[in-house]
Amino acid sequence: MSSSPLAVNFVLAGVGGQGTLLASNILADVALAAGLDVKKSEVHGMAQRGGSVISHVRWHPEQVFSPIVGVGEADILLAFEKLEALRFAHYLREGGTAVVNDMAIVPITVSAGSAVYPKDEHLGPALAAARATMITVPGERLAQKAGNVKAANVVLLGALSTLLPLTEEVWWSCLEQRVPRKFLELNRQAFAAGRAAAAAHAAG
Amino acid sequence: MRRILSGNEAIARGAWEAGVFVAAAYPGTPSTEILEEFSRFPGVYCEWSTNEKVALDVAVGAAYAGRRALAAMKHVGVNVAADSLFYASYTGTEGGLVFVSADDPAMHSSQNEQDNRRYAAFARVPCLDPSDSQECKDFCIAAFELSERFDTPVMLRTTTRINHSSTPVELGERGEVRAAHKKFPRDAAKYVMVPANARGRHPVVEERMRRVAEWVERTPLNRIEWRDREVGIITAGVAYQYAREVFPTASVLKLGAVHPLPARLLREFAAGVKRLVVLEELDPVIEDGARLLGLACEGKSIFPLIGELDPKVVRRCGEAAGLPVDRPPVKRADLPLPPLPGRPPVLCPGCSHRGVFQLLAKKKVAVSGDIGCYTLGFLPPLSALHFCGCMGASIAVAHGAAQAGLDERVVAVLGDSTFYHTGLPALANVAYNKANILLIILDNRTTAMTGHQANPGTGVTLQREPTDVIELEPLVRALGIKHVATVGAYDVGEVERAYKELMATNEPAVMIARQPCALLPESRRQWVPLEVLESCNGCGVCFRIGCPAILKSDEIDPDNRKPLALIDKDLCTGCEICAQICPHDAITTRDQMRLLEDGEHGSCALAPQGGAQ
Repeated sequence: MSSSPLAVNFVLAGVGGQGTLLASNILADVALAAGLDVKKSEVHGMAQRGGSVISHVRWHPEQVFSPIVGVGEADILLAFEKLEALRFAHYLREGGTAVVNDMAIVPITVSAGSAVYPKDEHLGPALAAARATMITVPGERLAQKAGNVKAANVVLLGALSTLLPLTEEVWWSCLEQRVPRKFLELNRQAFAAGRAAAAAHAAG
Repeated sequence: MRRILSGNEAIARGAWEAGVFVAAAYPGTPSTEILEEFSRFPGVYCEWSTNEKVALDVAVGAAYAGRRALAAMKHVGVNVAADSLFYASYTGTEGGLVFVSADDPAMHSSQNEQDNRRYAAFARVPCLDPSDSQECKDFCIAAFELSERFDTPVMLRTTTRINHSSTPVELGERGEVRAAHKKFPRDAAKYVMVPANARGRHPVVEERMRRVAEWVERTPLNRIEWRDREVGIITAGVAYQYAREVFPTASVLKLGAVHPLPARLLREFAAGVKRLVVLEELDPVIEDGARLLGLACEGKSIFPLIGELDPKVVRRCGEAAGLPVDRPPVKRADLPLPPLPGRPPVLCPGCSHRGVFQLLAKKKVAVSGDIGCYTLGFLPPLSALHFCGCMGASIAVAHGAAQAGLDERVVAVLGDSTFYHTGLPALANVAYNKANILLIILDNRTTAMTGHQANPGTGVTLQREPTDVIELEPLVRALGIKHVATVGAYDVGEVERAYKELMATNEPAVMIARQPCALLPESRRQWVPLEVLESCNGCGVCFRIGCPAILKSDEIDPDNRKPLALIDKDLCTGCEICAQICPHDAITTRDQMRLLEDGEHGSCALAPQGGAQ
């Protein structure tokens, strides 16, 4: 659907508090650094701790019009949580890629016993039916190894960065601007771990 | 320099570059970040006002004093401020006066989706409607020029999708900051709106709008983009982006100024295309205007009147109407998915409102609610709130119901910030007219729902200056309420004792249930996650308070075959509401948790349940 490898529609989905907003900010920064037009859209408001969060980011070498990505039009779904990956899978276009964090956050509807958390086995067939590729990343585990479980969002960005024809330096220069100085090294390692995980996935 | 700014950040930037000195607002999604961002600039005065009417009056006063001034509010805030808008339209100002109306199509966080472009026509003020962040900044600056040129307040109208989308913006420098006049203007004919003077001003206002109607014909804020002439689309705001995305070949009349409409430009555009279509979100404001000009056009016959537009909706409707869409809508087969559990908004773990609502649920009392986090008390399993209309309505609605002669006594609940906003006059009315209601002020020491903004109870201003706290107890007593009790909102027993005592009076009564919001930084530092003990038998009482931190464990009680409780230690703050209502003392207190921790180094009498991790 995209005419240029840098005309990219992203949908980021997760749960409040997971760092989706920081990730979408960095995606927007990267576009600007790469000389692209970019729009980013998210809706805050009633979102309490624990609510679903969705963020749209659109890149285009010339001009982006709509700030929102349509259903079936996302090139990349970056899912910070597995249930949210399923909830927003229909945003992916045919041939799109889902980068899915191997993380389950149980919603209150499940803990209250009125609903059931979907099994992992649903992910593969759902994405196959969407004719999309899935890359699973153990974000929290790799972030923990890098020094702080909260850097999982940076691990995921590292994995996502391998899907796009931009240098690692562009990504890192934007990340550097957004993370506190004392956590620079930790985030560098988290980003590298995400890249390595995606590369290992690509190598099969 | 180019930066990526949200619409709200861009409006704040525009105001700063326009030389605005005074800005005032009451927080409200999707407008809140405008003042938060503006407060970060040097050389400005800005404030959280107690409500939107006060904010607009503050901005008007600053503009009378000769400064450029901004007021910002969500769409329903303009209802609160409407009285002020209408006099300000008559008086005009000295310095530029712009107010932001942030509308919320789809009601992401609002009680209705009113289209405030209607207010511009109603109050006879110009209205600008930006399509991205760059225009948010540029239109904000243009609005101040317009305001001063025509001596009128100007509405800068946005929608949630514009406020909360981020796009690149070219930054400029701060423009001239006009000094304040030395004196307040003394011009009774212009500024004292008694009937005789107001009769003199009304023709001035109508003449002003005739001159603005000339200006909108020439301003570059309105422009025709000629492409194929088969179809011409008149559009504004975020809908312009959808028009360009979905109908790339169509000619477009992009309106930056949506009130008044440029009649000659509309006629020229209509004459140049074969089929004239209006694409706008919510009301047919432009469409009605075009029809009044006698132009044959389509609009709401094609596109929905209700809710937010998006490219998918525009493409589907456009294709059905035979418009030249870029491509057919993507048709996706349903994915093979199980039913997906939702993540509804809920009262947070440790919410200071939960203790009051579990009591009100238990008492099955009628509760008149208000706007804030606590509105979520209506949700099951608490289901303890039976009315929510608008800011401050809880008290007088309970009052009216009581005076009508209900059999039951009605309880009104509202938060501290909402009480300062519009609760005050309603409570004075309760005391004055002796309405037999109980008001519970849920005092969490912040404006929580919009993201912890300061208010008159916090002791700090928007610009982070210390200020005196307006204490609720003396305030409530001064309004004439004789029965006042203050309780710690986490103390279930104390809340119930005060409730019984106040309900036993047959006079207006107020309970102040106080506990700082659990998400405030000072509160977070005091979190102590609790645990479930072996004495849990799965009775389920703790599941009925709707706390996200209390889970049903996989372990089943062997006697009553029900799941045992389990506390999520990552979510639990240690508010102890569940521990206090547990009939089996099966949930630890904070003190017991400290004992347990000490017990790791020695013996301990408390044995946590096996699954409690």
